[in-house]
Amino acid sequence: MRTLALIKRILLQIVRDKRTLALLFIAPLLILTLMNLVFNGKTVKPILGIENGSQQLIESFKEVDIVAQEYVDISDIEHAISKYNLDGFLQIDGTETTLTLLNEDPTVAKSLEMKVKQVISKEVQFKLTGTNQSNDHIQTNYIYGSSDTKIFDTFSPILVGFFVFFFVFLISGIGLLNERTTGTLERLMATPIRRGEIVAAYLIGYGLLAFLQTVIVVLFSINVLDIILVGSFWNVILINVIVAIVALSLGILLSSFASSEFQMVQFIPLVIVPQIFFSGIFSIEGMADWLQVLAKLMPLYYAADALKGVMYKGATLSEISNDLYILLAFAVVFIILNLFALKRYRKL
Amino acid sequence: MNQTISIQNVSKSFGKKVVLKDINFEIMEGRIYGFIGPSGAGKTTLVKMIVGMDVPDQGSIYLLGEKMPNLNMLQQIGYMAQSDALYKELTGKENLMFFASLYHLNKLERKSRIEYAAKLVNLTADLNKKVSAYSGGMRRRLSLAIALIQNPKVLILDEPTVGIDPELRLSIWNELLRLKNEEGKTIIVTTHVMDEADKCDYISMVREGSLIATGTPDQLKEKYKAHNLDEVFLAAGRLINENSSAY
Ligand SMILES: Nc1ncnc2c1ncn2[C@@H]1O[C@H](COP(=O)(O)OP(=O)(O)OP(=O)(O)O)[C@@H](O)[C@H]1O
Ligand SMILES: [Mg+2]
Repeated sequence: MRTLALIKRILLQIVRDKRTLALLFIAPLLILTLMNLVFNGKTVKPILGIENGSQQLIESFKEVDIVAQEYVDISDIEHAISKYNLDGFLQIDGTETTLTLLNEDPTVAKSLEMKVKQVISKEVQFKLTGTNQSNDHIQTNYIYGSSDTKIFDTFSPILVGFFVFFFVFLISGIGLLNERTTGTLERLMATPIRRGEIVAAYLIGYGLLAFLQTVIVVLFSINVLDIILVGSFWNVILINVIVAIVALSLGILLSSFASSEFQMVQFIPLVIVPQIFFSGIFSIEGMADWLQVLAKLMPLYYAADALKGVMYKGATLSEISNDLYILLAFAVVFIILNLFALKRYRKL
Repeated sequence: MNQTISIQNVSKSFGKKVVLKDINFEIMEGRIYGFIGPSGAGKTTLVKMIVGMDVPDQGSIYLLGEKMPNLNMLQQIGYMAQSDALYKELTGKENLMFFASLYHLNKLERKSRIEYAAKLVNLTADLNKKVSAYSGGMRRRLSLAIALIQNPKVLILDEPTVGIDPELRLSIWNELLRLKNEEGKTIIVTTHVMDEADKCDYISMVREGSLIATGTPDQLKEKYKAHNLDEVFLAAGRLINENSSAY
């Protein structure tokens, strides 16, 4: 009952504060769009040359926004690609499938490769031929660079999680901080409200906002920015909601160690920035051992792992459940610490 | 007459600074008590401990027979803080509604209490304005309305009339006296305004963390051979200074 009143009040305050609302819902979309534009200069449909592909295969390519053009008797693939201005060439020779990618722009190449592999593996499942023709047997050649080329697609899932974490952290932290600096938190202690009720209300109130934000960010990323989503949409939402709860509980916890909004912002280089380094945008395997241990202490490390798994590799819920459990454990620890932090104000 | 609040051997320090020293005090039901004393004497610290927002280092405080701090007793205490703690993004009415819903009140009671409290502090016409658009005095009045919202038995008001014009101040005091006389409420106020202190049944003088004198306004005037409470206040200050310079 009291928790409900508090939740209502928190939401009302946020709705009244247009700037914060914009920060929560529009800023992540703007930054994601900007990054998408910076990293993916081209958004034109990739053109794929095909030799010996079935009509059905060509149809399937069309469905995933690939312009498929048929060619016969091509001996010099490299020459054909530059001559016909293609982004890739798929050569099917009996059971042998070869994909040659121009790879001038790694983004285009990577997404083309992903899509081709998806289409072919679906085709295989559809036919249930049982031949050797599966993903592993598609040989991929690159005209420029190699498969190791880093691109936006691999770290865009991480970015989605990062923005959810960052904005929820900041806004919930500042929310409770305001309650403290305006004296209303102390004033609440003259009412029969319990510590647990305050923590619960903040978690639920900001949790609702975070859920809304997550849905918007994910929908936007997938539909407008065309970020690859191989796995389930709902798993992405689930991961991000858990990320939001971790950010939320950490934000309100750290707000008790800040005495002004400026001090809250000072936590960003301390708490947020290191998480970016360890979230998998940079290869963690290559780091010193002690750094790898440090990485495992960062919530975003697990969030990134799960998101990358679902969005890029198509991992299922059971494959990411370990990451989720660890994230939930983080949240539980932070929530318990929150109850202790509020003890300063009230013993009950 | 029943005893409402009992303060027993209470001491409090912040760090090394001793703010309250061995306070003993009884507060009777249906009376108005005024705490006066210089700035920094410890008045706010004392009333906060009565509310249970702070805990004494030594000694204990009982309110209506229960040891404070006690969550259940807070239903019976209306507290007005020295500095306004309001949600500025919300309207006056939303502030009242929020605080009202933290107490055990049914829907009907809530509505009528909000109306009553707003009317008492003359804010009915401004209830739908955001608090950020309120003047200092309006905020003070809203804080007072919040303190009354759950119809508590005990009112603890920390400098309630600062920044409120004389006319409204008079009507607020008349209402406090009515609450005391007709509803038997126990009221504690801290104040720097001696005219207001004169309206209290009992006055306690707080100086450097001790209660140096308690009595009705007339008793205090007699004790310090003064004509009014201002003189009492000053005379008490002089006495303390003489005592301390004697050593
Ligand atoms: N949270 C705190 N931390 C440290 N010192 C404090 C704290 N609260 C109060 N004090 C100190 O305790 C002393 C008494 O403060 P208090 O607020 O009770 O005074 P007061 O009598 O209410 O004064 P005023 O009339 O100015 O409101 C002051 O010296 C103040 O500095
Ligand atoms: Mg004070």
